[in-house]
Amino acid sequence: MGRITLDKVTKRFGDVEVIPPLDLTIEDGEFVVFVGPSGCGKSTLLRLIAGLEDVSGGQIRIDGQDATELPPAKRGLAMVFQSYALYPHMTVRKNIAFPLKMAKMDQAEIDKRVNNAASVLNLTNYLDRRPGQLSGGQRQRVAIGRSIVREPAAFLFDEPLSNLDAALRVGMRLEISELHKRLETTMIYVTHDQVEAMTMADKIVVLQAGVIEQVGSPLELYKSPKNKFVAGFIGSPKMNFIEGQEAAKYDAHTIGIRPEHLAASATEGAWKGTVGVSEHLGSDTFLYVHDTGLGEALTVRVSGEFNLRHGDTVYLTPEADKIHRFNAEGLSI
Amino acid sequence: MARSVTTQQKAINTALAWAVGLLIFFPILWTILTSFKTEGQAISDPPVFLFFDWTLENYRVVQERSNYTNFLWNSIFISVGSTLLGLLVAIPAAWSMAFTPSKRTKDILMWMLSTKMLPAVGVLYPIYIGAAKMGLLDSRTALVIVIMLINLPIIIWMLYTYFREIPGEILEAARMDGASLKEEIVYILTPMAVPGIASTLLLNIILAWNEAFWTINLTVTKAAPLTAFIASYSSPEGLFYAKLSAASTMAIAPILIMGWFSQKQLVRGLTFGAVK
Repeated sequence: MGRITLDKVTKRFGDVEVIPPLDLTIEDGEFVVFVGPSGCGKSTLLRLIAGLEDVSGGQIRIDGQDATELPPAKRGLAMVFQSYALYPHMTVRKNIAFPLKMAKMDQAEIDKRVNNAASVLNLTNYLDRRPGQLSGGQRQRVAIGRSIVREPAAFLFDEPLSNLDAALRVGMRLEISELHKRLETTMIYVTHDQVEAMTMADKIVVLQAGVIEQVGSPLELYKSPKNKFVAGFIGSPKMNFIEGQEAAKYDAHTIGIRPEHLAASATEGAWKGTVGVSEHLGSDTFLYVHDTGLGEALTVRVSGEFNLRHGDTVYLTPEADKIHRFNAEGLSI
Repeated sequence: MARSVTTQQKAINTALAWAVGLLIFFPILWTILTSFKTEGQAISDPPVFLFFDWTLENYRVVQERSNYTNFLWNSIFISVGSTLLGLLVAIPAAWSMAFTPSKRTKDILMWMLSTKMLPAVGVLYPIYIGAAKMGLLDSRTALVIVIMLINLPIIIWMLYTYFREIPGEILEAARMDGASLKEEIVYILTPMAVPGIASTLLLNIILAWNEAFWTINLTVTKAAPLTAFIASYSSPEGLFYAKLSAASTMAIAPILIMGWFSQKQLVRGLTFGAVK
């Protein structure tokens, strides 16, 4: 079981309130991603749940039990750190066995669990090596191995993939998702990468300055963001925002339209502009269109074969039912 | 771009390095050579370098006249004793400063270091009189305490730098894995800090061994270590260079041998934190 409830949880460092009172419930077995720009308090929130930081107010409950004052080890949670935080003087086997040894488990059971974790994570051939002799991906797997052997109530991941190169990151992303499907244990995952959030999460928690902006499934956040911040943060490339007269036509202060909801044509359309840089990804092309008279350059996602060049005139038409409207406070209307 | 070094340049660099090395080593070499000369050859002009009648006479005389082993034992007792006592005090101090620093930690470190700038002679009277009043003159206990205090700032600084290199996340990981504070120290912190503690130990034994101001001023015969042993061969009876050299050689030999075998640890200790 791993149901985690935060009730008015607050964190202050001195006079600075980094997390104002915050409520959140994480259901058992859920994969929850905390996402937000750096400094938004997502890692602090994770460390509060872990018990590595003391809360300044409020209550943390794990499976109904008050865990606010419990030390990290007594909360039944496991954590994977950004730097992996492996014990450099121990072999992989000893690293993975460490939490079991601390739990005073008998040696036969430790061996069984370590071997099991190693085979799940493809580490069997590396058990007698030290962390220094492993690659980044292998180290990451050892860190995960160390956290799964204890069969915790929930896993906490603190930006676990940010030290890996792009190709490995995609691979590890799949492995972690796969692991979640198999273990069906609650996972809380912190990242600043909205792609990781979208691809892995059952539920995304978008944070800004310690405040939860919105909680919802990836598609909910994509389709109906509550405000401009969430609208701009979720989705890649970023949503285009248009203010002024054009927005007024839709009875809004600002309208937002995603790059994939703009149709581009060389001959006709609602807005006229000039093609700037175009980024060819093969499957898609991202056009940056200038001089539309709508403020900043608009980003448009077109098919890979679209063949307008730098300086060409282009006409853009938004899909009417995909336009997001925001009021002057930035809230969705 | 890496700079390319030609074979010729390499040869010149090597020769230069050897020249500088020999220049620094020369006084020690000269002392060792002189210890094997007769008193006459020791002061001969022009000086003789290698071609003299090698003799062990000086060592025999020195050994006869003073009890070398007594001095040696005092040196070992004082240097090892003061270092171990220092570590006992410094390890907890460095732990707390490295892992739970407060706003004043940096100031405290700087203040400790500043005490090293104080000329020792400035506190000679209070310490001498204090030791005399407590009946601790010419006692090894007094020297162990005084030398421990003299070197304490260095011990704490070295350990602090080592401990600071241990990433906090590793300790947090141990906490998440269920380790108590004691288990955290026994299984994680100490094994990771052993190289640092070892080189601190070595360096401080050397510093304590070579300390000559307090050891000479606070001892007479009973607690006198090898520094006092050398000093006893200098002025009072006129200068007997060969015997003085023999005494010096006997005094520095143990620490030189220890230094030779622990070179790697020492260099690592002294340059730690300088290069990442």
